[in-house]
Amino acid sequence: MHRIEMPTPDPQVLSRRAEIIAALRAAAGTGDVISDPAETLAYECDALTAYRCPPLAVALPRSTQEVAAILKVCSSFGVPVVPRGSGTSLAGGALPTADCVVIGVSRLNRVLEVDYGDRFIRVQSGMTNLSVTAAVEAEGFFYAPDPSSQLACAIAGNVAMNSGGAHCLKYGVTTNNLLGVTLVTIEGEIIEIGGPFCDPAGYDLLGVICGSEGQFGIVTEAVLRILKKPEGARPILMGFDASETAGACVADIIKAGVLPVAMEFMDGPAIVACENFAHAGYPTDVEALLIVEVEGSPQEIDDQLARIRQVATRHSPRVMRESESALQSDLIWKGRKAAFGAMGQIADYMCMDGTIPISQLPFVLRRMGEMAKEYGLAVANVFHAGDGNLHPLILFDANKPGDQDKCEAFGSDILRLCVEVGGCLTGEHGVGIEKRDLMVHQFTADDMEAQMRVKDAFDPAWLLNPAKVFPMETSHSRRHANRSRAA
Amino acid sequence: METFAPADEAELATMVAGAARRALPLRIRGGGTRLSVGNPVAAKAELRLSGLTGITLYEPAALTIGARAGTPIAEIEAALAAEGQHLPFEPADWRRLLGSEGEPTIGGAIACGVSGPRRIQAGSARDAAIGVRFVDGTGAIVRNGGRVMKNVTGYDLVKLMCGAHGTLGVLTEIVFKILPRPETASTLVLHGLDDARAIAALSAALASPFDVNGAAHLPEDRPGQARTCVRVEGFETSVRYRMERLRALLAPFGEVEITSDEQTHRGIWRSVRDVEAFGAREGAVWKMSLRPSLAPALVAGLRAEMDLDAVYDWGGGLVWLLVPQAAEAGASRIRNAVSAVGGHATLIRATPEIRRAAPAFQPESPAIAAISQGIRARFDPAGIFNPGLMTVRSDQQAA
Repeated sequence: MHRIEMPTPDPQVLSRRAEIIAALRAAAGTGDVISDPAETLAYECDALTAYRCPPLAVALPRSTQEVAAILKVCSSFGVPVVPRGSGTSLAGGALPTADCVVIGVSRLNRVLEVDYGDRFIRVQSGMTNLSVTAAVEAEGFFYAPDPSSQLACAIAGNVAMNSGGAHCLKYGVTTNNLLGVTLVTIEGEIIEIGGPFCDPAGYDLLGVICGSEGQFGIVTEAVLRILKKPEGARPILMGFDASETAGACVADIIKAGVLPVAMEFMDGPAIVACENFAHAGYPTDVEALLIVEVEGSPQEIDDQLARIRQVATRHSPRVMRESESALQSDLIWKGRKAAFGAMGQIADYMCMDGTIPISQLPFVLRRMGEMAKEYGLAVANVFHAGDGNLHPLILFDANKPGDQDKCEAFGSDILRLCVEVGGCLTGEHGVGIEKRDLMVHQFTADDMEAQMRVKDAFDPAWLLNPAKVFPMETSHSRRHANRSRAA
Repeated sequence: METFAPADEAELATMVAGAARRALPLRIRGGGTRLSVGNPVAAKAELRLSGLTGITLYEPAALTIGARAGTPIAEIEAALAAEGQHLPFEPADWRRLLGSEGEPTIGGAIACGVSGPRRIQAGSARDAAIGVRFVDGTGAIVRNGGRVMKNVTGYDLVKLMCGAHGTLGVLTEIVFKILPRPETASTLVLHGLDDARAIAALSAALASPFDVNGAAHLPEDRPGQARTCVRVEGFETSVRYRMERLRALLAPFGEVEITSDEQTHRGIWRSVRDVEAFGAREGAVWKMSLRPSLAPALVAGLRAEMDLDAVYDWGGGLVWLLVPQAAEAGASRIRNAVSAVGGHATLIRATPEIRRAAPAFQPESPAIAAISQGIRARFDPAGIFNPGLMTVRSDQQAA
């Protein structure tokens, strides 16, 4: 364990372990609750693998009713609950505590209803992001949000973190594509919020549940908006001698009134790593690479790309190359989506996720370069340029004493920089435990108090994912009140 | 009535804190054009946002704009137009519909969650809003979201504030993501379709890959005169191409007319956005949200029981109803019908008597009502913000 502080396990809960597990088994079915440390091993961490902790037990329910029964047991014993989708959180959103029950939704993986006329799909929340699109693809539809982990990540996690992806410039993020959820409250009550229609009846509870990091309840079903696939899409690659020039080009494309579906940026180190890994045909002698994708019919694509070329030419790109086939397009995207894997082959890395106003891009890139020198660590940048969502990958050596601490300190400095220039700590990964203690840099006490009041309304005892999102001392009195109440 | 007109956010916060200490119920007023929306408010003082105006941030290349809550929408649209951009959610102007005067403000549009026809493709008011500042019921200034369009830092209170009608806090500033203003636009019109055929045609258009961003069905002024309208916006090459594809796609529904005349085209969508068809007519007005495919049968069922006219927007997912101003304006029947198919109905316009008798918003399930009440009690502990506007009184429950 590194520097992240986690709450001391509730001794009251730990001492009743056997009783709690028996009650869970009675409520959920014996096979759906696991507590053998060998079996719970896989649930000790998520994709933020530097932190792990064996939970008290893991429940893998097969229905919404079973989730409700499990939550009733947990709330009656005052046991913390950590909801888990596929465990792909990069922010430690699904990290257990020693006194918690992990509730995983992986067995809730069925499509419940599809309506192409009304353009929605109702799914159980354990379905993976990509399998939702797979379910409607035959009819030419797709589900728009496309986080890089879409092959593995669950809709439950997408809703919890309000996941984004590469194409949100045009299609928005999860919250803009989510129509309704079935939420099980900590008391085990099943409630329907929203549905296959527009706008909420009263307060937009759906809007605040999305992105609440599993702290308001367990989402077991989701109604998602599906869209007809565009007729075609084609990316263009543009290489520049300087990151500033690439940034200026992005701004000018937007000002020209073109709205590409995606604008991805990679800097020198990222280009080289991705090219070596995926052989995508990226030019490796440029300082910055833009992948800009547009959609439509062949002639619409030609028209938009011509406009983009015209704007880009003003910035003297070293390379400007349109994809000429579906195969080439796939390769170009494969290279970008493989960025994290490619980096993983070179070194250990931490992936940051801040967002900045795109006007601040040149300054932020320059400042990050200076900080990399100060820390003596390399940083590679991939990011969603159209929306300012940065993913600096800080490379370090986990076997070298002190390197990870240094990396975390560098990461925190980058995120503080994002906030200083008017941006935020996390654009799409979520706060989790990773950025919990940085919240004070973005929010005042009053800002956080307002947020915590919403959690109070959903989960008054603060049992759901309790040590995440807010700094430990900020949430201390609320979590403490819970413990004394349960005891 | 006592009136507060703060000049800035800090002064507003002080006034709210003072009102909270006195438990003085406040009517929050932006431009005053939507004051009759919601349940009647029992206020003893008015809080005017007219002093909080002005654009605070505009970065065309970042597609973001921010403005103080009392800023007229027209001022924001003008600034955006100068840079070839616009608000994606096409905020409606309800002055004619509600018979109100004043100037619609951005804070009012967000507080009421008002989105126009483009909502089906470009998202609603809450989708466009990416940051807010507000003053809560204790007088604390709260900031949430920010000025970047991808932001998952902490809970999304921006969404919660949109459509809360000021009952959770007084909005002081809102930041939006915006879109390039399209180079051109065009509208396809089918004539004389009945409701069911019309919604089927709109569904076919919306389930096409042609980025339809307006899909409405307007009732008949005279028999057989109904118009079913489909809008496409974008670069000229695109619009021309898509319109031809849509013409072919919708040919089975009847003769297709395509209008690119700006005046006609703008007129159609302004009329849809502002529900102009009901503006000049007597009657109570309802706004229903439901599954598009279920809307025509639901409306036909209601029509068998009461006189009504219907305007369909959002491909049929939004239905405006005009009904006689009698008793509770059909509240029970309309609410039962819409909740049976999974949706909700809001009473937008009615006489004071009807508004006292029928709750403006669809009654919530006890579990959701408890959460909503829990949030409201925590954001406005003294109960001073537009008290009663979003709550269902116990004597209205039966309605």
